[in-house]
Amino acid sequence: MLLGTACGILLGRRRWLDRLFSGWLLVGLNLPAIVVAIVFYIWLGLTELALVTAVVVNKVPLVITTIREGVRSFSPDYDELATALRLSPLRRLRLVAVPQLMPFVLAAARTGLSLIWKIVLVFEVLGSDGGVGYRVTLLFQFFDITGILAYTTAFILIVVAVEYGLMRPLEHKVLAWRADPA
Amino acid sequence: MARGPGLTLAIAQKRFPGNALPLLTDFHLDIAPGSVVALHGPSGIGKSTLLRLVASIDRDYVGTVAMDGIPAAQAPPPGFVFQDARLLPWLSAADNIRVAAPGLTPADARAALARLGLADHAAAWPRTLSGGMQRRVALARALATNAGLLLLDEPFVSLDRALADDLRDRLADLVAATGATVLFASHDPRDAARLADRVVTLAERPAQIAQDLTFAIPRAARDAAIIADYGQQLIDPPPPATSNTLR
Repeated sequence: MLLGTACGILLGRRRWLDRLFSGWLLVGLNLPAIVVAIVFYIWLGLTELALVTAVVVNKVPLVITTIREGVRSFSPDYDELATALRLSPLRRLRLVAVPQLMPFVLAAARTGLSLIWKIVLVFEVLGSDGGVGYRVTLLFQFFDITGILAYTTAFILIVVAVEYGLMRPLEHKVLAWRADPA
Repeated sequence: MARGPGLTLAIAQKRFPGNALPLLTDFHLDIAPGSVVALHGPSGIGKSTLLRLVASIDRDYVGTVAMDGIPAAQAPPPGFVFQDARLLPWLSAADNIRVAAPGLTPADARAALARLGLADHAAAWPRTLSGGMQRRVALARALATNAGLLLLDEPFVSLDRALADDLRDRLADLVAATGATVLFASHDPRDAARLADRVVTLAERPAQIAQDLTFAIPRAARDAAIIADYGQQLIDPPPPATSNTLR
């Protein structure tokens, strides 16, 4: 998230950087997750490092794209206000830029999280000796639909818990100023 | 004793890209320390642009803008009121005040709002305030900076008459108390009649000073009848060649 947010801000602010990297961003966005997983498993072995690297490579383009759009949507009116008030760069970032970016950061976090769940499972199916993906593969071999649905239900419950236990409260806190933060 | 700075504008040229004619060419305006000057003129003549040049929001021009001889960009920041309230919607009314004046405590910010009749709205989000209330917060924000120079762009536009009159009175009192220099753009003659020492009318393109009127009666000595009379005189001012003083 941090890497994608930083890159997204740069690409949103600097047109030449955006022109330079927008083609690569498109490639990154459309690269099949399974290809990335296999490549990193081959390069780095069946390790946690390969898994984490593959997740980062899959998620960062999505975050960059969302944050870049967020930066592009910044209101020039607030920039003018910041100039009129002679805000320091740090105060400008904290008081003007970050609040405008927060809806996009939350959107990137939510869509990124949903992507990551799926990618990690695919990775575990491919080359892990543990985890939900690995268990689902075993259950598939026995055609144990009950076990698969049980894991799926547990998976859904975790996702719902993250959404209602973390994302929604966070959203209500940082977007309380909007008429409808949800 | 006035504490507001004197202001000197000497704009050789200000041009907006894509426009055949420059907005300003060889434009000069001197404003005395502590005086209140109203800028009049039709829409698009350059009133708001002049304010933005003075505030260093727009630095893309040829010439100089100086406050007491110091280039505007290096001088202390003026208090600025935009045509729209331009509050940061993610901050409460009091926090919007403190953005402009970070040295203020929350209690100071509440006091600044109370001076404009918003004591009970310090914690309110801007979206929950009416348009008039938002403009008052914007005015309170500009005044809270304690700046020697106030730049106001149509500060009372789109307010109902009673509220505009009330705000003019409050602003007049605050300006009298602080001795700030004020430059404001307005279409409404009542603004100048109540607040200003001098009215500069712009015309033509590039903008020129078509008329530079001074009020004979000082701000503090004007009652409602005089203000109404001055307002009427501004609607139908004397020909530029005959007099530069409104009696």
